[in-house]
Order: sequence, then structure tokens, then C-alpha cells
Amino acid sequence: MIIKIDRRLGKNFDWITFGLIICLSLIGVITIYSATRPPAGINAQPDFYSKQIIWLVISIAALFVVVFFDYKWLFRYAYQLYAIGLFLLIVVLLAGKSGMGAKRWLSLGVFSFQPSEFFRILFVIGFSAFLSGGCHDFREKMSARSVVLFALLPLALLVKQPDLGTAILMVALFIVLSVSRGVSKKIISVALIIGLVSVPFLGHIVWEGLKDYQKNRLVAFMDPDVDPSGIGYHINQSKISIGSGGIFGKGYLKGTQGPLRFLPEKHTDFIFAVYAEETGFAGSFFLLCIYLCLFLRGLDTAYLAKDEFGRLTAVGITAMFFVYFCVNIGMTLSLMPVVGIPLPFVSYGGTALLSNFIAAGILINIRTRRFELFYPS
Amino acid sequence: MRLNKIQFGSYIIVAVFLFFCFKLWQLQVIDGDKYRALSENNRLRIVKTPAPRGIIFDRNGTALVKDIPFFSVSISQESLKRLDTYALAKFLGIPENEIAEKLNRKDNSPFIPIKLKEGLSFQEIAHVEAGKSDFPGLFVETDVGREYLLGKIGAHVIGYLGKMMPAQFENPAFRNFPPDAMIGQWGVEEVFDEQLRGKPGEQIIEVDALGRELRLIQQRPPVRGKDITLSIDIDIQKAVEDEFKDKAGALVAIKPDTGEILALASLPSFDPNVFARGIQYRDWVSLLDDNKKPMLNRALQSQYPPGSTFKIITGTAALEEGVIDLDKKINCSGGIGYGKWTFHCWKKGGHGPIAFHRAIVESCDVYFYELGRKLGIDKINKYATVFGLGKETGLNLMIKERKGLIPSTEWKRHEKKQPWYLGETYNAAIGQGYVLVTPVQMARMMATLSNGGTIYPLSLVKGGSKPAGRVDIKPETIQTMKEALAGVVNEPGGTAHAAQSQAVVIGGKTGTAQVIGKQHGVSGEKYMDHAWFVAFAPVDKPAIALSVFVEHGGHGGSAAAPIAKRAIEAYLIKKQPGKAGSQNAHSNAPGISASQPDEKTPGVEE
Repeated sequence: MIIKIDRRLGKNFDWITFGLIICLSLIGVITIYSATRPPAGINAQPDFYSKQIIWLVISIAALFVVVFFDYKWLFRYAYQLYAIGLFLLIVVLLAGKSGMGAKRWLSLGVFSFQPSEFFRILFVIGFSAFLSGGCHDFREKMSARSVVLFALLPLALLVKQPDLGTAILMVALFIVLSVSRGVSKKIISVALIIGLVSVPFLGHIVWEGLKDYQKNRLVAFMDPDVDPSGIGYHINQSKISIGSGGIFGKGYLKGTQGPLRFLPEKHTDFIFAVYAEETGFAGSFFLLCIYLCLFLRGLDTAYLAKDEFGRLTAVGITAMFFVYFCVNIGMTLSLMPVVGIPLPFVSYGGTALLSNFIAAGILINIRTRRFELFYPS
Repeated sequence: MRLNKIQFGSYIIVAVFLFFCFKLWQLQVIDGDKYRALSENNRLRIVKTPAPRGIIFDRNGTALVKDIPFFSVSISQESLKRLDTYALAKFLGIPENEIAEKLNRKDNSPFIPIKLKEGLSFQEIAHVEAGKSDFPGLFVETDVGREYLLGKIGAHVIGYLGKMMPAQFENPAFRNFPPDAMIGQWGVEEVFDEQLRGKPGEQIIEVDALGRELRLIQQRPPVRGKDITLSIDIDIQKAVEDEFKDKAGALVAIKPDTGEILALASLPSFDPNVFARGIQYRDWVSLLDDNKKPMLNRALQSQYPPGSTFKIITGTAALEEGVIDLDKKINCSGGIGYGKWTFHCWKKGGHGPIAFHRAIVESCDVYFYELGRKLGIDKINKYATVFGLGKETGLNLMIKERKGLIPSTEWKRHEKKQPWYLGETYNAAIGQGYVLVTPVQMARMMATLSNGGTIYPLSLVKGGSKPAGRVDIKPETIQTMKEALAGVVNEPGGTAHAAQSQAVVIGGKTGTAQVIGKQHGVSGEKYMDHAWFVAFAPVDKPAIALSVFVEHGGHGGSAAAPIAKRAIEAYLIKKQPGKAGSQNAHSNAPGISASQPDEKTPGVEE
């Protein structure tokens, strides 16, 4: 049987992680409602928040399904899953829908989704399985083959879309997982030196390859005051939103930046700005604390994991949440260029929420089954 | 080993957490107020609502202007990023580079929408309203505009409402005005601008990032400007400007017992509606370059020799100084010799022996040469100055008024470094030579004389003002002069026979000013003499005093006098209830005279 319902499953279930992500998701729904409420005098009522609630219900269900599967099955079919992930990325390039100057969506009749949202999980599973697989000779493991398969190929596909956010995540996860597995210092040093030497050259290629809006975002990041209503607009408006919140915020539904459309992508990438405007420093601090607990709990899960695959997967998923968190908050605080990365669990977006819940489900799965013996069949 | 790596990871996580907390503290707690102010500005827009301008009425309560909405199409600056200027230029029918120039102007304030086209017709508004959804941020703005109901009539008095000129940006009075504000730029509109303007209201409007108005948060209604009732009688104004036909010139009519200006015309005139609609540069240039000078207020800004109208001054001076006996006849043989020159009388062959009264009636030059010789230029200067000639009248139309010139020996020595010659006195005595006056000065001189010598400050507002003083002239002198002036119009052989009215007894004096450079045998309008006529009526109880000047009009009696008559009748006949315009008034002539002392005369009405 694939599904193994064990009494210990209920007893060991990681209610803390579950509670933390539910907490984040509810903050998300509430903030989405505030961010997308129409300005006074306009009757159209956007249904972003209700859509998000539906997605939340689906995601919770998916999480429990994931928890019921023993994660050893993930290890067993890791490469197949990873292959499906790559295949989806290729499909989206060929048949994807365009939006905001990028081809990221795949339409499946009624709804459309972003394959890259799921690809990142499949990547973590595939690369963790690869690193933890039978052979322990890391020098051999870190061959050109692995670099091509787990770094260059997905990177090329993501940049082509372009999905800069997921591409950055891929690189970060690649490094984090490699380091976690214990790749020798020599290899990392050589990789770093090669990387540094090739930066000017690669930089040029990357710059030429960037779409105009990506270039603008980089320029705006360097100097947001260049043109307050032009490229730097996102960044300045986000800072104004957050800063105007003060210590205790303007109060729920009292924020003005979002509803008045000063803030772009207010319910997705910039939702933190809306939240911070309405709840102030107190609310922002509270939210950061929830994330802190989630990340530390994730690392703890990795520490407790009963096998190498579980450990690497837990590290990978935690790192994934952490990277998204850093980039998103860094972006709204204008510490980083604007890349389209949502705040995990909080930002509007069905696919992202679902994939994050699935990832959290795997995390809970690993922690829940930490006492079970692992019998490779 | 394993724990260490995970510990290392948790350090990184905690470090990032602390760093974010620090940044948030900075942004929200330390700089919170600054950002709060910024977000308020983002959200609220202050829109000024124009105040309806006060209406300008004539003395009988006829509205001369009307407030009309003035439409312009503007675009809010938030929406410029996505703007297709080519399509917009095509849509509005203006050249693309003109739009680009307006959008890229350096002094554009980021929160004030940019006006792209002004003075839209209703058809154009419909066009913009129908197609504006293709251009986010495009909207029709409404301002207060003016319609000048009478067009060119009275334009120099009423003035116009126009866009602020670059020179006015510096003026502290307009400091708080938007750069495209419409302000009074001429005439009464300018003089009483502050009073007419009212106070614009304010609307605080919540807007979104595209500048779309969402909700009215607060508003202060505009305060309507105060109305103004002018002293002008628009019926005179109409009659006069009609009577001038296409001639250039000026007329100033004054109510002698108050100093109120009843009419002030300067022709050719201009249509103030052209300015109110937002004048195009080329129209403005063509108005300024027009060699007929429509923008010149000839009543105040042109000075000419007064010709024989100046004999009123010379005559008054002679009577006051006692240099001539009223019955003393002087023989006019058609000229008077002076050295190798001969000073001619206008009448070839001369008037023969002539006394004071007839000398005025027939305007005998030789008689006045003689008076001039007896008086000397400085005595003439004294009486001219007493009547306000040679200095500004102070009528405030916010334009540079000319002073005119009354010469004296002192003046000649100072200005020309030369002694005064008797020949020049001859010329001055009949209003030629150096003597220069403006039409408004002559009208006031006539008003002062006709009211018995009281000087009133001139006023454009109904009600007039308190007397400013009196001329030191004996009443008998004034009476003699008025009788003589009545003779000029009403006696046989009077030079202003053309001004004789069946309805009212008019007194006046003609004048013909020679054009400098005129040579015998050369004709053409450019060399025609300027025609003058100064008058008052009714003679026994003056209710109106005026001066008429016709540029290159020829003889005063034929060119200027009929205009004066028309103006006087337009004013006085209307004042006779039951008689106005009726045939009866004409058959009853002279209806308004001393023979009917109990009849309510216009002079004491109101």
C-alpha cells in the first residue's frame, strides 16, 4: 500500500508547522481583501480574496494528501518527477500564455497555472535524491552531467520564459543543497573563482538577454529617485506604503496606497507593503516572527530527519521559503531589485499557494515519519 | 558536523530576521511621519473651482458681459507614461510637436494637469468626450470664461479677460495664481479685476495613481465676484461707435456734475471675445501690428494739437485777464503779418470787424492772434493748466496716459534752449504749434467749464466722486463763454451748425488740427486735418460734456460735430420719459430749454 495510515501519523503530525502556515495564509486572505477592495464610490467587487479562500481549502486538502504518502515514494520516483517538471517547462515555452511580458502560464481549460511553481518542488526532490543517492563519491557526483541536468538546463528554460525569480531560486537552492551535502571546499572554491572571473562576461550576456522591463527594474533599484513616476515607481511607492504605516499602522482597511492603485501588484508581489501600511511596525514584526518560527522549525525538521534524502529535502524546502521571503521583503523594502517573487503563503496566487502547501506537506511528512524505519524496496 | 551546518543556517536566518526588523524600524518608526505625509499627498488632490466673475453693468443696468463656461482639454500627468502622442495629436487635431512641447515644458508642476487645447467648441467637447476612453487621463476642464455681449462696442472701457502674461508671473498680486489663470487684462476688467474675480473654491478630491477622481472629500464653494455698475451709458457708446463708421478717433463724454464717464470710445476697436476665447499668437500679433492700431486707446494715449477748440482757453484767459472788452471789435482782414510771415485766418478775405461772441461763433483766427499777443504765452499756459490740460487726468484704465503739452517761455527755454517768439504765441492761441492735448483732457475741460468751474476726478463707476476743487474763474466769464459756445452751434454762421439738434440746445466748439508735414496741393487721407469738436448740453443745465476727435477727419464742424450730436441725443432724449424717440420731441424743439424751468431736465435727474 502506498498510503499507510498509522496511529502515529496523527500523534506525530507537525501541528506547529501547519499552524504557522495556516496563520500566514489567513493573514494573506485578510490582506488580499484589503488590498483589492475597490476605492469608495466604485461598486465592482473583485473576488480575489474569495478565490484565495477556495485555493486555500484545496491547498489544505492537498497538504493532507501529501502527508499521507510516505515520502519514500518521492525518493523512488524522484527522477521521473523531475523529468515531468522539465517537460512542463518546455511545454510552457512552446504553448504558454503570455502575461506581463512573460510566458509563464499554462492553460488547462478552466484554470491556468504556472509550471515553474511546481517545478521548484520537483527540483528539490530530484536534486536531493540525486545528492543522497547510493553513490557517496561526491567528486563523481559533481560532474558536468549534474551541473547540466540540475543547473544549466532548468536555468536556461526559466530565463527564456523569463522567470527571473524562479531562476534565482534555482541557483540559491543548488548552492544550499550542494553545501548541505558536503561538497568539498576545493570544488566550491573553484566554482566561485570561475564564477567571479566570468561575471563581467556573463553579466554582459545576461544584460543583453534581459527584457526591457527587467533592465528598468535593475536601473530603478540602483537609484529609485531617477524618475519617481517611472521605473522607480514600484520601489518608492512601496516604501511610502510601508513607512506611512508608522508604529501601529493606519488600521485594517484604512490603508490608502493599495486601493488607490498607487501600489502596483499590491495583492501579489507587494502585499507586504499593504499589510505593513495597515498594521505598522507592530504587525510587520509579528509577521516576521511567524516566518522566523517557520524557518527554524524547518531546519529542526532537517536535523531530525531519519535519512539523508529527508534531510536534504527539508533543507531545500526551508531554503526555498526563506529565499522567497528574503527576496520579497527585500524588494518591498527596496533592498533588492524588483523580481516577480511572491511572499510565500501570503501573496495572492492559487498555484503558488498550492505548491507551497504541498512543499509544507512534504516538510510535515518528513518530520512526522522521522521515527519510521526506511526500507528501500 | 550536521548540526553545525544547520546551526549555521539558523544563524543566517536569525541575522536576516534582525536585519529586516531593523530596516522596518527605520522606515516605519523613525521615518514614519515623512512617509505618512508622502502618502497623503499621493491620495489627495486639491482642485480649484473657478469663481464666477462679477458682471459688468452699464449705468442703466444693462449687462455688458456674461459668464460662460470656458472649456479646455487637459491630461493628468500620471497617465503620460502610456500616452501615444501621435494618436492623441490626430484625435485633437493639433500638431504632434505642439503636444510634445506642452508635455515637456520644464515648469509643469507634477500635480497639475496639462492643458492641451483651449476654448473648445461644443462640437469639439462632444468629440473629446466620445473618444477620451482611448487616452487615459484625458478630460475636459471647465473654467470661467467671458462673453462680451456687445463685441467691439466699448471694448476699450470694458477690456477683456485673458491669460496671464509671462511678465505678470512675477507680480506679487498674482503669486498664488496658476500659470494659465485668466485675469482681467484691459479696461475695467483689469482695473477692477480683484473685485470682479471673487474667490475660487477648493475641492479636495481623492484620486488614484492614474489621476482618476474617485470621491469628493471636502469642498469649499467658490465666492462669486462682485458686480460692477459702470458710469458708462452703453446707448451712447453704441450710437457713437456706429456714427464713427470706419474712421479712427475717440470720444469721451462726462457727466459734468459728477465726473462720471458716460462714454469712452476709441476707434478702431477690437473684439474682446477673441481674447476671452484664448487668443492665438498670430491674432495677437496681427492686432499689435495693425497700422490702424486698434489696441491704442486714443482717448488717453493719443495727443494732438487741439486746433480752434483751444480758443475756449484763450478766450477765457482774455476775459479773466481783462485784456479785451467784450464789445471791442478787431478787424479781420484775413491775416496778420509778423515779420516776413503772414498768419492767415481760415476764412480767406477775413471776417471784417468782429467782437468776442462772433469771433468764437465764427472761429476767427485773427481775433485770437490778437488776444494771444495781448495775453502772452504764459497767461495762456496758466488758464490751460487750470483746466487740466498738459497733465494726466488720472482716469485709471491701467494704461499709460499721455500728458499733452502746454508750452510756456520757461518750457521753451528749458526744453529747446531758445527764447519764445511771438509767432509761436499766435500759433498757440489757436491751438496749433506746440500745443498738444488728449481727447479725455478736452472732455474734462468742457465738463469743468459747463458745470460752472468745479473740477471732479474722473470716474468709470456709477456715482462719481467728490469734487477735487474749483477753477478760479469768474461766473460771468463762464456764462459769456457758454453763450458763445451755444452760438457756435445754433447761430447762423456758426461753425458747428451740423451739431444743431431739434431736441436739445447744444453748445460747443469746433477745431481743425493741421497735420504736420501737410503741404499745399497734396491730398489723400493721410494728409487730411484732424477734426475736433468739444460740446456740452443742454446749455442752460449741462448734463453731458464731451469731446470728439476724428483722425484725419477733415473739418471739425463736418466730421466731428455730427458724432457729438448723435451722442448727446442718445443720452438726453432717452432721459425724457414719454418723449423718448417720439416725433413729438422733435416738433417741440428746443424742448429742453430755459423757457420751461419746471420741466424735469436731465441734469438733475437721478
